[in-house]
Amino acid sequence: MKILGSFLRRPEAGAILSLLAVIAFYVFFGGVHLERLVKAASWVNFAANLGVVAIPVGLLMIGGEIDISIGAMIPAGSMTTAILSGYYGLPIEVGMLGALSIGVLVGLVNGLLAVRTAVPSLIITLGTLVGMQGVVLSGSVLLTGNTSVSLEAPYWAKFMFGQLMGGTHQVIILWWIAFALIFAFVLHKSRFGNWIYAMGGDKKSARNAGIPTERLTIILFILSATSASFVGMCQAILFNSAQVSGGMSYIFNTIVSVVVGGVLLTGGFGSVLGFFIGTLTFAIVSQGIYFTNIDRNWSNLIIGTMLLLAVAMNETFRILALGYPAVKKKEVRA
Amino acid sequence: MSDTIPVLELRKVDKSFGPIDVLHEISLKVNKGEVLCLLGDNGAGKSTLIMNLCGVQQPTRGDILMDGEKVSFQGPKDAADRGIATVHQFGGTFPLMSIGRSFFVGVEPTKGWGPFKIYDRKRANEIAVKAVQDFGITRIDDGDRLVGGLSGGERQSLAIARAVHFGARVLILDEPTAALGVKQAAHVLRIVNEAKRRGLAVIFITHQVMHAMAVGDHFAVLIRGAVAADFKRGDKTREEITDLMAGGETMADLEANIAGYMETHDGHPPTIVA
Ligand SMILES: Nc1ncnc2c1ncn2[C@@H]1O[C@H](COP(=O)(O)OP(=O)(O)OP(=O)(O)O)[C@@H](O)[C@H]1O
Ligand SMILES: [Mg+2]
Repeated sequence: MKILGSFLRRPEAGAILSLLAVIAFYVFFGGVHLERLVKAASWVNFAANLGVVAIPVGLLMIGGEIDISIGAMIPAGSMTTAILSGYYGLPIEVGMLGALSIGVLVGLVNGLLAVRTAVPSLIITLGTLVGMQGVVLSGSVLLTGNTSVSLEAPYWAKFMFGQLMGGTHQVIILWWIAFALIFAFVLHKSRFGNWIYAMGGDKKSARNAGIPTERLTIILFILSATSASFVGMCQAILFNSAQVSGGMSYIFNTIVSVVVGGVLLTGGFGSVLGFFIGTLTFAIVSQGIYFTNIDRNWSNLIIGTMLLLAVAMNETFRILALGYPAVKKKEVRA
Repeated sequence: MSDTIPVLELRKVDKSFGPIDVLHEISLKVNKGEVLCLLGDNGAGKSTLIMNLCGVQQPTRGDILMDGEKVSFQGPKDAADRGIATVHQFGGTFPLMSIGRSFFVGVEPTKGWGPFKIYDRKRANEIAVKAVQDFGITRIDDGDRLVGGLSGGERQSLAIARAVHFGARVLILDEPTAALGVKQAAHVLRIVNEAKRRGLAVIFITHQVMHAMAVGDHFAVLIRGAVAADFKRGDKTREEITDLMAGGETMADLEANIAGYMETHDGHPPTIVA
């Protein structure tokens, strides 16, 4: 009972239950071929690409901000890599550095605007989202006369960023796991993590307590934009080409993943494990449906239902978390 | 004797926001082990005054002195480093954080070395729980409990215990009893007295005369941004203080006004405008 109680109080409880519910649904109503699902690469690859962006976006949301410009930063990352190292034939290091730099730059702009103006970050990053789409499209047409550019990456870059492990699983899966471990350490074990929670809980009090909230906000925006351009870079290296379009679905997908993962839209609550499992759940719903006999057109209905259920669960668990464990109260009274 | 030098002193402090003058020539002193009650109507400038004392804002003119020396606070951290701890009127705690984590916000204890320094949850919880229990709140015994699950009085007590723990010399409390019931308020007042006993200089803002009289050694009444009265405990009666807080108009006058109004309006009390 006590173990169950403390499990339900954790931010990732809703995500874990959602994951189990989705799997159960697929097993009982979808006649899912579990073995094929587990061995399949499609949903794992999908989850990894999404997850690398979802973690820093989730961190930002714990800190009380949001970043939707990532939708433009994925093609920005892949196009920068492909234009520099493919079209201009510069060493791949230059293309990669370019992709990451553009992430840092746009993240810096988002962060500075968020701390210097009173404009909500949803609007700021909507502005940079649309703006960067324009920059990527016109930049590509202006420089290359084309909207898609091919790229030939050397062996080591392919090995590190664009390998298909066992011929099916993208190497970004390992990056995702590494990022999850690093960010879990930062958020839950370091002082920096405590500052993010405090900032999302009450920005003014956090500043009064001496936390450098402005610097922290800027760093978090840089992390999210750069992680998106990193994903774009990996995709360009993997597919040997880049297009100006694509990436927009990531906005919606990251938000669903981290919300299912237990983040609170008002900030101050959430966990990296939650984001990880939320992303997995989302990937299984949207890609795993191909392994069931359910018509895949239904997958969005399932996602919508799952989102609402997960949020309702998270809300309930959070109220539970605020209360004191019932077991303890009895002990005190006795 | 160092006892005669006030821990914190304001000399002719003005604060304006552009053309709006909010504070006008405020001069005040607080000594060690003394509670200064800051009284005044809504909008009198009490919160603005403490914003200037805790470094969130800087005075437009005038001096702030600590131990007789001029100081200037560039930010809240500056003031905190000097030993000024503030529990603000709104917020100040993090409802979704654990007691241990919120107690140490910004000054988290760590263990380990280099990039692997980790937040020492066990030690943070132990110290935080001990600090609040030392103030008599024995109901708090689990540092992992979320702050949002505490009562308003417990939260205020936690904030005060935190300030005292981190070696504050001046404790500024902006309406800590405002939203509290009788029992909870009594609790907070006890903690204010305990802080005083430990030798802190306390600035206590309240609208409740009873609360002020329970802990105050010294009283200052602000009316429209200026110190309208400055007196010691026992110098004035409760009625006199209440009158001052109502902005100079006596309570008796107010009551007479209402009575007169009711007589001419078939016994209806006046409707309140603004
Ligand atoms: N940044 C600002 N710009 C302009 N005017 C301000 C600003 N801050 C405060 N004021 C004004 O200064 C006056 C004093 O406000 P303050 O918050 O200090 O009052 P208070 O005494 O704390 O009132 P209460 O008892 O309601 O908390 C108010 O009229 C307020 O509108
Ligand atoms: Mg006030």
